[in-house]
Amino acid sequence: MKKTYNIEVDCANCANLMEGAAKKTEGVINVVVNFMTQKMIVEFEEGVNEAKVMKSVLKACRKVEPDCEIEI
Amino acid sequence: MTKKQKKMLARILVTAVMMILLAILPILGIPQFILYLVAYIIIGYDILLKAFRGILNGRVFDENFLMAIATVGAFALAIYEQSGEYSEAIAVMLFYQIGELFQSYAVGKSRRSISDLMDIRPDYANIEIDGKLTQVSPDEVGIGSIIVVQPGEKIPIDGIIEEGTSTLNTSALTGESLPRDVKSGDEVISGCISMTGLLKIRTTKEFGESTVSKILDLVENASSRKSKSEDFISKFARIYTPAVCGSALALAIIPPIVRLVMGLPAEFGDWIYRALTFLVISCPCALVVSIPLSFFAGIGGASKEGILIKGSNYLETLSETKYVVFDKTGTLTEGSFEVNAIHHGTIDNSKLIELAALAESASSHPISKSLQHAYGKELDRSRVSDISEISGEGVIANVDGHSVAVGNKKLMQRVGSEYISCHSVGTIIHVAVDGSYCGHIVISDVIKSNSKEAIRSLKQSGIERTIMLSGDSKAVAESVADELGIDEVHGELMPDDKVTKVEELLKSKQSGKLAFVGDGINDAPVLSRADIGIAMGAMGSDAAIEAADVVLMDDDPMKIAKAIRISKKCLRIVKENIVFAIGVKLICLVLGALGMASMWLAIFADVGVMILAVLNAIRVLFVRKL
Repeated sequence: MKKTYNIEVDCANCANLMEGAAKKTEGVINVVVNFMTQKMIVEFEEGVNEAKVMKSVLKACRKVEPDCEIEI
Repeated sequence: MTKKQKKMLARILVTAVMMILLAILPILGIPQFILYLVAYIIIGYDILLKAFRGILNGRVFDENFLMAIATVGAFALAIYEQSGEYSEAIAVMLFYQIGELFQSYAVGKSRRSISDLMDIRPDYANIEIDGKLTQVSPDEVGIGSIIVVQPGEKIPIDGIIEEGTSTLNTSALTGESLPRDVKSGDEVISGCISMTGLLKIRTTKEFGESTVSKILDLVENASSRKSKSEDFISKFARIYTPAVCGSALALAIIPPIVRLVMGLPAEFGDWIYRALTFLVISCPCALVVSIPLSFFAGIGGASKEGILIKGSNYLETLSETKYVVFDKTGTLTEGSFEVNAIHHGTIDNSKLIELAALAESASSHPISKSLQHAYGKELDRSRVSDISEISGEGVIANVDGHSVAVGNKKLMQRVGSEYISCHSVGTIIHVAVDGSYCGHIVISDVIKSNSKEAIRSLKQSGIERTIMLSGDSKAVAESVADELGIDEVHGELMPDDKVTKVEELLKSKQSGKLAFVGDGINDAPVLSRADIGIAMGAMGSDAAIEAADVVLMDDDPMKIAKAIRISKKCLRIVKENIVFAIGVKLICLVLGALGMASMWLAIFADVGVMILAVLNAIRVLFVRKL
């Protein structure tokens, strides 16, 4: 299951860091952050609660980039 | 500018004014220190805060941390040495912020201008309700509804014209500036602009399935498929920043201790300054932002020309292409059969065509279509009677009271007419009237007018070998290849053979990548087997958009060379930026370690390089003249 979220992030390196952090979150298989289009494409594991996973993704991202925003 | 950017601009201006005043006015001692501190906090408070939060979250080596350490360090050094040189710390912070502001502005701006290029998304659809036109969201229109498109409006959803005629501007989709005339019964695709007349269109798809939605989706997601260069840079950035921080720490501690051991003065201040310079140089931003920006601009620029590239990785592969394999029909040739020549006519050529077209008028064979097309007028079927079709030979019919035989050699033998064989390549249609031979018509697929130019242009763009595959007879394939100047040709191939052939070519090639160009209709397996699949003439063809890596919206073969040139330009700029940014940084790092680089040079190495790299990346957008 793949979903796309709009994000807000200012610098390209921060987007890289967000991608790295989000990938390590439990419940996701893969994450691609597209800095240019300000989008995050998350591939979830089978049968997980997406809203819950996204909450921890946001939390992980905030740790590396306090200014970032994900429209969940 | 966004609100965030405006606020930053205000902070930069206030700090700059304060700096100038402090430099001119004779304020010294404690008041001077306090005023400088205020300026420093105005410009740098968010960086300090972020650095602090980063440390709390266990993220030590980010750029905020670097800037905070560098500027606080410089500030402390000025206090320690009582030099009153506070301006350097503030200047470093000031320039860093200017750089950040510029980056966010430039990136935002180019992002928007690239998105504007693809501004084909229709905002509404007109529906007639109780005789009145109402605007609704295109999402709400069901299949089979009638929508009204007024002159100057975009067609929001794919459909068939029920009523009206107009001229369509397809340039937003194809990059082709020549308008297209449409009338009722024609299929139209969304994204075109109706220029002259009012159209009533019966929709055949939902908005989400319409061409325009598909294209937007494709282009928007393209930059999410990252290229090897992008992966390299993000990996590089991950090692680079901690490495530089480590070296900076070593630079601040080891040399002074060594000097102490050797009995020399430690010169802590000097070495710490060098270490701080190191930190300022280290920010990987120039690289990290300019590489994806280049790819994004390349994809955007190409889509403006009607070339949709499905990902940055494909742009990269395309630039390494050395072999181009073509499908013949529909790619290099029109794919529609036309009357090419008339030989040995004993009656007037137009009369010959007229008789042949009339005799074939009942047939649905493509040959009959091309004869009708060549005749160009409405057929009066009442002139034709007693039509008998002889399978595998042709047609015999009574036209205006004469028995007209239209077909191949066998038919001529059947009616007992002498015939003249033809050396031309194509389908030969012999015509005999009342048993006497009247000449033959050559019908063949026509080579596109700019196919030859396209092949030459490919060669100029560094393509080493061009190969053509065709299901047609060897003679036809070879004559087309000969005319176009194609290096290698294989005829009489079934669709499966094409896959095998491409696999053979993939195995035998020495270097570079192999691209396959087809019309996307029945060559999907080949498209996906090649290193990179290019589908042509894809307007409205879902299968092609699905199967290919690069989609050419119209069927102009010149676009193949153009796509390759765009990819080469893009990759050249990417490489320039990688070499330039890493090169300048390394040189500055060495100079910094030797104590030959000031904070100012460090700022240039950071902000200056980033600005130049971004400007260079934006150059990729200009692809029109390629």
